[in-house]
Amino acid sequence: MTDKSHDPNQMTGAAMIVRTLIDHGVQHLFGYPGGAVLPIYDEIFQQSEVEHILVRHEQGAGHAAEGYARSTGKPGVVLVTSGPGATNMVTPLTDALMDSIPLVCITGQVPTHLIGNDAFQECDTVGITRPCTKHNWLVRDVNDLAKVLHEAFYVATTGRPGPVVVDVPKDVQFAVGTYHPPRRDDVHVSYTPRVKGDAAQIRKAVALLASAKRPVIYSGGGVINSGPEASKLLRELVEVTGFPITSTLMGLGAYPATGKNWLGMLGMHGTYEANMTMHDCDVMLCVGARFDDRITGRTDAFSPGSKKIHIDIDPSSINKNIRVDVPIIGDAGNVLGDLLQVFKAEAKRPDIKSWWQEIATWRARNSLAYKKNNDVILPQYAIQKLFEATRGHDTYITTEVGQHQMWAAQFFGFEEPHRWMTSGGLGTMGYGLPAALGVQVAHRDSLVIDIAGDASVQMTMQEMSTAVQFELPIKIFILNNQYMGMVRQWQQLLHGNRLSHSYSEALPDFVKLADAFGCVGLQAVKPGDLDGALKEMISVKRPVLFDCRVAALENCFPMIPSGKAHNEMLLPVEATDEATAAAFAGGKALV
Amino acid sequence: MNQPASAYFLEERHDPNETHTLSVLVQNEPGVLARVIGLFSGRGYNIESLTVSETESQKHLSRITIVTTGTPMVIEQIKHQLDRMVPVYRVVDMTITGRSIERELAMVKVRGGGDNRVEALRLADAFRARVIDATTESFVFEITGNSSKINQFIDLMRPLGLVEVSRTGVAAIGRGPEGM
Repeated sequence: MTDKSHDPNQMTGAAMIVRTLIDHGVQHLFGYPGGAVLPIYDEIFQQSEVEHILVRHEQGAGHAAEGYARSTGKPGVVLVTSGPGATNMVTPLTDALMDSIPLVCITGQVPTHLIGNDAFQECDTVGITRPCTKHNWLVRDVNDLAKVLHEAFYVATTGRPGPVVVDVPKDVQFAVGTYHPPRRDDVHVSYTPRVKGDAAQIRKAVALLASAKRPVIYSGGGVINSGPEASKLLRELVEVTGFPITSTLMGLGAYPATGKNWLGMLGMHGTYEANMTMHDCDVMLCVGARFDDRITGRTDAFSPGSKKIHIDIDPSSINKNIRVDVPIIGDAGNVLGDLLQVFKAEAKRPDIKSWWQEIATWRARNSLAYKKNNDVILPQYAIQKLFEATRGHDTYITTEVGQHQMWAAQFFGFEEPHRWMTSGGLGTMGYGLPAALGVQVAHRDSLVIDIAGDASVQMTMQEMSTAVQFELPIKIFILNNQYMGMVRQWQQLLHGNRLSHSYSEALPDFVKLADAFGCVGLQAVKPGDLDGALKEMISVKRPVLFDCRVAALENCFPMIPSGKAHNEMLLPVEATDEATAAAFAGGKALV
Repeated sequence: MNQPASAYFLEERHDPNETHTLSVLVQNEPGVLARVIGLFSGRGYNIESLTVSETESQKHLSRITIVTTGTPMVIEQIKHQLDRMVPVYRVVDMTITGRSIERELAMVKVRGGGDNRVEALRLADAFRARVIDATTESFVFEITGNSSKINQFIDLMRPLGLVEVSRTGVAAIGRGPEGM
C-alpha cells in the first residue's frame, strides 16, 4: 500500500469541484448556498481564484450565467443546492437549451444513502433536468467526479452548446478521492460533434449561390455561438457575394446593422423587406438558424420558390420544419470559411442588380414607421432615443420578453456579436435583469442595459439587491405601459379585445423601489424628459431603475398574422381596425 | 384557411405514417433508457415496441431496438434526435437498409381440455411453437418469429382458451457479414 497523504491530487469532492473550476479557467460563479452544498461553499470561502456572485433566487443565478456566457463566449457556471435550489434552475436550464447557451450547473444532492427516501430537500434532479439539459450526471463515487466534471465542461461548450447538470450528493463532497486535471479520455467516446462540413455539399452550395438571381442570406444564433471569427467570415461572405442579409432575433450583431446589405430582422415582427426577400428569393443560405415557427409563418407557404442551403451543427435541425436542398452539417464558422474559399476560387458573384431594385421598393414601404407624438412617449421613440444616447459607449443590451423585446430588436442597431442577450426560444419573462448582472460581472466597465417591460421586470426584480451588493451598475430601462403588452396585443387582435388579466393594477412605484433597494430611480413621463434622464442614467455609476412611461395601447408592427405567409405582412400604416380585422380573418372573435 | 385564434400556425399534415425499426447502440449507464424513452414521450413520438439489453458487457454497450411510426419527416427527426444524445453511439434504420431480420419471442398460455387441447397442440406444431410448460389443463407455448406470425398464432389460440401472453418485443439485426 502506498502512502497517499502527501499526494496533492488527493482531496475531498468539494475541493475537486473548486479545483475543476480553476483548471477550466472559471473566474466567476453564480450561486446560492444551502444544506447540500455547504462543503463546496466552505472550499469557496478558502480561496480567491473564483469569485462567487450571490444571487437572491436560483433562477437569477441561471440567467446571470446565461448573460455571462452569451457576452463572453465562455461557459456560465452555477452552483445551487438540492431540492428547491435545483427545481428553481429548471427555467434557466430550459432557456439555455432552447438558445444553445453553454452552462455548467452543479447541484447539491442529499447523501447517497438517502437518495430515494424522500429526504429533506431531496428531488430527482437528474430526472427533472433530463429533458432540459444537453446531458446530466449523478455522481455516486468521488473517484468519478473529476472525469464527470471535465466531461461536463466539454459537452456544454462543444458542438451545439447547451446546459449540463452535475448532481453531487453531500457524502461525495466530503469523501476523499483522486483528482486529475482535464485530459482527452474524459469524454464519452459516443459524443463526437461534427465541425467540418462535407466538401461535396459545400461545392453544391457554392454552385447554387453563384447561379442565384434572387439570393438571400438568413443567419442566426449559431453564427454568434461559433465565435467572433464566424461573424467576420459572414461579413466577408456578404462582401464577396454582394447578397442581401437578414437575421433571426438570436443572430443580431453578426452582421452590422449599419452594413449596406442589411435588411433588418426577419420573422413575425421582422421588417417588410426582410420577409419579402425571404418569400421571393430563389436561393436561400441559412447559417446557424433553425427555421423556427416565429420565422417561417405558415410553413406550406414559406419561401415557395427557393432552393435552400442549410448550415447547422445539429443534424436534428435539418429538415425539421422546412425541407432543404443542400444540408451542410458543421460549425458555422468552419463551414463559412470553407465555403468562402471555394466561392472565391471557383465562382463569380452573380449580377443581382434587379433583385436589389426590387428590395429597394420594399424598403421604401418603411415598415418600422410610427406616428410621432409630442405628448406621450412612444415605446419605439424611447428605444431610438436610448440607442442614440448609448452611441460611443461600450454597450451591451439584454431584454425581457414581450413587445419591448421586439421594439428593441427593431430599433436598436447592433454592430458587433455578443452584444445582444435575449430569451428567444423559451421566451422567459424575467430573463433580462439577471442576465444583465451576468454581463456586467464579465464586463465591469461597460454600459449594460436591460430593456424591460413593467410586467417582466417584476419576475426577477429581487436581483437588484445583488446588483447593489456586488456594485454592478446595470441599467434597467423599463418601458412601462402598465400592461403585459404582447398579451394585450394578442387579446386585441385575436380575442375580441377582451383584456383578460393583462392589465397590471397596483404596479410598484419603480422610483421608490429603486430607493428601497439602494439604487437610483429615474422617471420619464413626457418625450421631452427622455434626453436628460437618459444622460443621467448613463453617467451614474450605480444600478438604475428607469421608469419610462410609454403609450399604453401601442401595438408592435409590422407583423405576420398567424396562419399567414411572409408576403402577407400587416404594416403599421395600414393597421387600421378594419385592415387588422381582415388580416386576422378566421379570427371570428375580432370586433 | 380558417384557423382558430392562435399565436401558432396550426397545420394539418396528411403525410402517411410509416413503420420503422431502429437499432440504437448506447453506452449502458444509469438513466440511458429513461433518456431514450423521455425523448419519445417528450417530443410526441410513438413507440410500438422497445427491446433493450446489454450486448457487450466488457464495453458496457446496450442495444435498443425500437419500432416506431410516423411521417417520413418525423422518422428522420427521431433518428437525428437519438443520434445527438451524448451516450448514443449509432442509430441504424433497419427498415431503410432493408436487409434486416426481425424476431420476437412470445410465451402463450392456453387453458382447456378435449378437442381444444388437441387443436392447440396441432396448431403449435404448425407454427413451430414449443411446449415449455404443461399441466393436465394448460400449456405454455414458446414461439419465435416476426411480429405478424406471433399475432396470427395468438389469434388462433384465442378461441381455444387463451389465458395470457408475454412478449419480448422486436429484436433486429442486419443480414450479411457487416455489423451495425
